[in-house]
Amino acid sequence: MVILHLAIILPFLFAIAAPILHKLLPRVHVGWLMLPVPAALFAYMLSLIPVIRDKGFQEGTIAWMPSLGVDVHVYADGLALLFALLITGIGSLVLLYSIYYLDKNREKLVRFYVSLMLFMGAMLGLVLSDNLMVLYGFWELTSISSFLLIAFWHEREKSLYGAMKSLVITVFGGLAMFSGFLLLYVMTGTFSIRELIAGVPAIAGHDLFVPAMLLILLGAFTKSAQFPFHIWLPDAMEAPTPVSAYLHSATMVKAGIYLVARMSPIFAGEALWLWLVSGLGLLTLVYGSFRALKQIDLKSMLAFSTISQLGLVMSLFGLGSAAALYTGTPQAEFFSKATMAALFHLLNHAIFKGTLFMVVGIVDHETGTRDIRKLGGLMAVMPITFTIAMIGSFSMAGIPPFNGFLSKEMFFTAVLNIRSMDLYGMDAWGTLFPVIAWVASVFTFIYSMLLVFRTFGGKAQFDKLEKKPHEAPLGLLLSPVVLATLAIVFGLFPNLASYSLIEPAMAAVHPGLLGPGEQFMVSISLWHGFTTELFMTAGVVALGIVLFLLHKRSAVLNQPLFVKATLNKSYDGGLSMMDRVSHAITRVYMTGSIRHYMIYIFAFLILALGLTLFGQNAFSIDTSGFAEMSFYEGAIMLALVLASIAVLFVNSRLMAIILTGAVGYLVSLFFVIFRAPDLALTQLSVETVSVALFLLCFYHLPKLKKELVSLRFKLGNLIIALGVGATMTLVALSASRTKPFESISHYFLENSYKLAGGKNVVNVILVDFRGFDTMLEIVVLGIASFGIYALIKVKLKEDGLESA
Amino acid sequence: TVLITALCILLLAILANLYRVVKGPSSADRVIALDSVGINLIASIAVFSVLLHTHAFFDLILLIGILSFIGTIAFARFIERGVVIERKR
Repeated sequence: MVILHLAIILPFLFAIAAPILHKLLPRVHVGWLMLPVPAALFAYMLSLIPVIRDKGFQEGTIAWMPSLGVDVHVYADGLALLFALLITGIGSLVLLYSIYYLDKNREKLVRFYVSLMLFMGAMLGLVLSDNLMVLYGFWELTSISSFLLIAFWHEREKSLYGAMKSLVITVFGGLAMFSGFLLLYVMTGTFSIRELIAGVPAIAGHDLFVPAMLLILLGAFTKSAQFPFHIWLPDAMEAPTPVSAYLHSATMVKAGIYLVARMSPIFAGEALWLWLVSGLGLLTLVYGSFRALKQIDLKSMLAFSTISQLGLVMSLFGLGSAAALYTGTPQAEFFSKATMAALFHLLNHAIFKGTLFMVVGIVDHETGTRDIRKLGGLMAVMPITFTIAMIGSFSMAGIPPFNGFLSKEMFFTAVLNIRSMDLYGMDAWGTLFPVIAWVASVFTFIYSMLLVFRTFGGKAQFDKLEKKPHEAPLGLLLSPVVLATLAIVFGLFPNLASYSLIEPAMAAVHPGLLGPGEQFMVSISLWHGFTTELFMTAGVVALGIVLFLLHKRSAVLNQPLFVKATLNKSYDGGLSMMDRVSHAITRVYMTGSIRHYMIYIFAFLILALGLTLFGQNAFSIDTSGFAEMSFYEGAIMLALVLASIAVLFVNSRLMAIILTGAVGYLVSLFFVIFRAPDLALTQLSVETVSVALFLLCFYHLPKLKKELVSLRFKLGNLIIALGVGATMTLVALSASRTKPFESISHYFLENSYKLAGGKNVVNVILVDFRGFDTMLEIVVLGIASFGIYALIKVKLKEDGLESA
Repeated sequence: TVLITALCILLLAILANLYRVVKGPSSADRVIALDSVGINLIASIAVFSVLLHTHAFFDLILLIGILSFIGTIAFARFIERGVVIERKR
């Protein structure tokens, strides 16, 4: 138990306390009561920075299920700390923002903050866990709390749709990831990430290695909205804006990226890992940035922008994993620059995307719409918001002197570097990387400009708005101002975080790369000379401005292309098709007719029993030990067979009942011949009673349904009946031959009088040797009679019990 | 051998009765046939007991007697009145 544990538990405690606190202090906005939690945690995480820089990690463990190897082991290293700072820091700002954003009287605030606190705790637990099972638990908890938050306005249909979709997709990925973790456990026998990384060389060639990798990547890609699993993110924009800012830009969508970064020491040696992570990341980057161009809703635009930026970070982590191949050579540092860029951009993206979401929230709040076609000319009325939006967008577009510029430059460096790699066909295909990256950057530039200048620039059209726009209140502006300031600070003084945060995080992603006492060189400078990257950025800006000015025309050009290339249709179609197909399949075999179910049961019996025994060569019929058949046995047998066959062919129900009775009496005759007087007695009386019952039923059959027709003859039924008969006969014949043990009946014969004082062995067995069975059979009869009584007497009507 | 012959004859009688059960144009024919099957059963069980030198089956003879009586009465009531047990008023 260390303070780190408390840090994870604290948000959960406050989630529990929120309703109580609200009851105690009903006049205070619940957000104020919650705000101290992330703020305190942020302060604590800041205090961990020097510890981790010097020592490398901070850990602690609580036993949870030691016999299963599952313990709550928290492990904070550079990577976890970077994420924890993002979660708590942006969490505090988002809480502050939400206090002013959500109305105290109109919204169900307690529910909102409970879900948000749950999410915060789960996210902290996710990044701080060293145990894979605990990590998975927190992972699903983020999915669930995110589901609750997206559906916060649950009376809106679109919110429910978005929440359902995000839950389906992320839980699908989560389960895949879970099985990947289990495969890792099968290979190594440990759930601890530390131990896994230490044991990688032993499992690298294992058969399950690649499946485990693919499954875990599936989890990461779905959570981080990578192509083609990105479709849930734009629909999650139905959530309140603070939620979008927090979950869908800064934290939850980065859980997948965290997972990739965390797992890359394990999987980085695989070519597939590099190609999948960086390739899919680049695809997501270019696809997301292209789609973002076409959005008319500001939040959807930001959602696609988030998708594309996540793709960027993902691809950088993929490229950075190449460093693991060159351990010990100078090239390692060359490729590890990509990881540095990824971590830096991760930080930057959280900052500027949080800003932008909050800005959009303010615009929505103050004008009543997020539709880009209705907005315009807000620059004059909302100057502060405009300034913040400009900083955020320019940072996202990669314009100096904001922080996005630096990470974009580093991104270009990384994709240019990868060309020099001589593995995995990179020398041939590597050239594609910078080209795609450059195109995507142009798109990014255009939509960033659209975001600012379509909203704040252009003609004012206030008559279309629901409210009269005016500047936002100070409280609403506070958080985005802080974030925008950070964007500038990290732009101008990029080395502020480099050795405190980025370097330890790099050391966590590349654990094998450094010798003891060594450090990565992390120096980011705003001005780094006339390099290729700088010219690429200049090209992006130039082409971006041209295309932005031509945008109106190009919008018409690629409209049809955009409409066709959507994945939502296939998702919706796929879901409804699954629904239809499963309905159809169920309808085909669940007919509701008992006959069909009997056919399934008997066919299965024939197949399972007959084929198994046949396959095992268990049918061995040997008549040598059989007793001689006497004449009267044969005669009764003949009568029995005749009566049984006649049952099938008689025309009236009465005949069938009588014949069944005859069969029963003939059986009792068999009991006589085989010297079982008690059985014969019972059989006779039971047969009589049941024939009487049959007659009773016969009489009560409704007149209309009294179909006095011969049983319908069906070839299938005949085959199945013959099959069952043949199978059971064969089984009986074979079983009577193989008697591995001597029967215990002689014990009863010898001891029934000696021990139990009875001469009737059957009765002694029933009530003495095995009286327990008899008791339960009496219970069965009792239940049956009570049941019959209840069926006759008690009729359940709609308004409850009613005795007849 | 005498006993076995008797058994065979009884069996033939049962079979003949069963033929009547299967064929019987009316229900009454079948009921009567079943009744006589029961009596034939009593007889054959008695012969059989002698054959096996046991008196364990004597209960059975009594039981068959009672049951076939009750059964026949019930059938008769059923055919006559449509119900076996009348509801007390």
